Amino acid sequence: MNFSISLIVNGERRNVELDDPRVTLLDLLRERLHLTGTKKGCDRGQCGACTVLVNGRRINSCLALALSHDGAEILTIEGLAKGGELHPVQAAFIEHDGFQCGFCTPGQIMSAIGLIQEGQAGDDSERVREGMSGNLCRCSAYRGITEAVLDAQTRLAKAHRRDAA
Amino acid sequence: MKTFDYVRPATISEAIAAAAVPGSAYLAAGTNLLDLMKGGITRPDRLVDVTRLPGLDRIERLPDGGVRIGALVRNADLANDANFARSYPAVAEALLSGASAQLRNAATVGGNLLQRTRCGYFYDPASACNKRAPGSGCDARDGENRLHAVLGWSESCIATHPSDFCVPLVALDAVVEIEGRSGRREIALEDLHRLPGSTPELETRLAPGDLIAAVRLPAEAAFAGHARYLKLRERTSYAFAVVSAAAALDIEGGRIRQARMALGGVAPKPWRARAAEEVLADSAPDETAFRRAAEAALADARPSGDNAFKIELAKRIVARTLTLAAAGTPERLPALPASPFSSIPVTSIPGAHHDA
Repeated sequence: MNFSISLIVNGERRNVELDDPRVTLLDLLRERLHLTGTKKGCDRGQCGACTVLVNGRRINSCLALALSHDGAEILTIEGLAKGGELHPVQAAFIEHDGFQCGFCTPGQIMSAIGLIQEGQAGDDSERVREGMSGNLCRCSAYRGITEAVLDAQTRLAKAHRRDAA
Repeated sequence: MKTFDYVRPATISEAIAAAAVPGSAYLAAGTNLLDLMKGGITRPDRLVDVTRLPGLDRIERLPDGGVRIGALVRNADLANDANFARSYPAVAEALLSGASAQLRNAATVGGNLLQRTRCGYFYDPASACNKRAPGSGCDARDGENRLHAVLGWSESCIATHPSDFCVPLVALDAVVEIEGRSGRREIALEDLHRLPGSTPELETRLAPGDLIAAVRLPAEAAFAGHARYLKLRERTSYAFAVVSAAAALDIEGGRIRQARMALGGVAPKPWRARAAEEVLADSAPDETAFRRAAEAALADARPSGDNAFKIELAKRIVARTLTLAAAGTPERLPALPASPFSSIPVTSIPGAHHDA
């Protein structure tokens, strides 16, 4: 049985024919749309490497059935940079050494963007660490990750104030 | 993962009819179900996707001051609803201590109630497990069982119920609204989950096709000022409870008028501690009463393996939760919700900063 679904991925409408109902959102992104920036780590919702934004909220794409997300708007790491200019969270991860091997980084960055949009952590590093606890980093770059999130949040808030003025 | 048919009904009655067919399972966010299916632990023939059913995603204030939470409300949305968190602070704290932010953004209220145990032998198809394969035995009995149940377990099954959310809910007399083939009915959350006995594969009182539509909480204004959830984990965040406790106290004039208490991580279901509540009623909110309540809460506990430590640990968590509840619900939840370490000033420990 074939299923047809339609998603908006990084601002672009994508119509996908699925010949198998088992496809997760993660596998759809990686194997069908060839957006391999989103990583498959544990594939069981324990590591956070597959984090993407669905309708503006961060979720684990490995535990999301693609069919169930028909019509959703997805943002992945590939959709962040604009015209070669990095997203402020991407830039902050580089400046603060928020990674070593880089495998968890797309998930970390998407999770950080979700966290900042949720607006619950403020400038409290403990709340940032707690809010990022769903993203494991086996290189243990946690200190740089926390600094990057705090710095990016400050920059985004300033940019927002500038835009509002 | 075994393949399956996928249906997405538009109405509750269509959903019930589809799910009543043997081999069917409801799919909401799928954060537990897809994990189980990937491991071959659950092998449904047909998934009935309920995420598009209308009217199940609302948090409604009821005329009597209670609240009705639709089964499709996401855990994060409930915990961060300021009005809800003010009225039911221990429920919000429990929600925010569970899983990760990504999972809380997806996981639903109904799904949380029906999540399966995280017993490692249940999750391993090569192990004997009476819950997964009735009659096959229980490899947990002679296995790694330090985190297993100390209350309510049986020779057939020593697994625990993993939910945080259910613990304050059961303490606060939550009611589950169920839509089924013969219409709507209600059941106290305390009665939704069964004890394992000799049939651990029967986990709830739901019949085929039954759909949880909502969870209702009665008005709890009397408790909101003294309500906490405390959860001991093997790491600071993103872990299931070793033991947890929810406490809500109605304190007036230096006396506890009434108390609500439940435990998590210690039993096959969210465990209401009525004996502790009776000890606390009409007592002064002091250490003596809290210790007596802790003894009462764990009076029937016995180890199911290498887990005798959990009994003492649970007593201490009960006393600690009561102490924190008596001190008053914090204005804002601590940075580490439900963490026993939140209230300890640990500025002397490098790298650890706790602000509550």
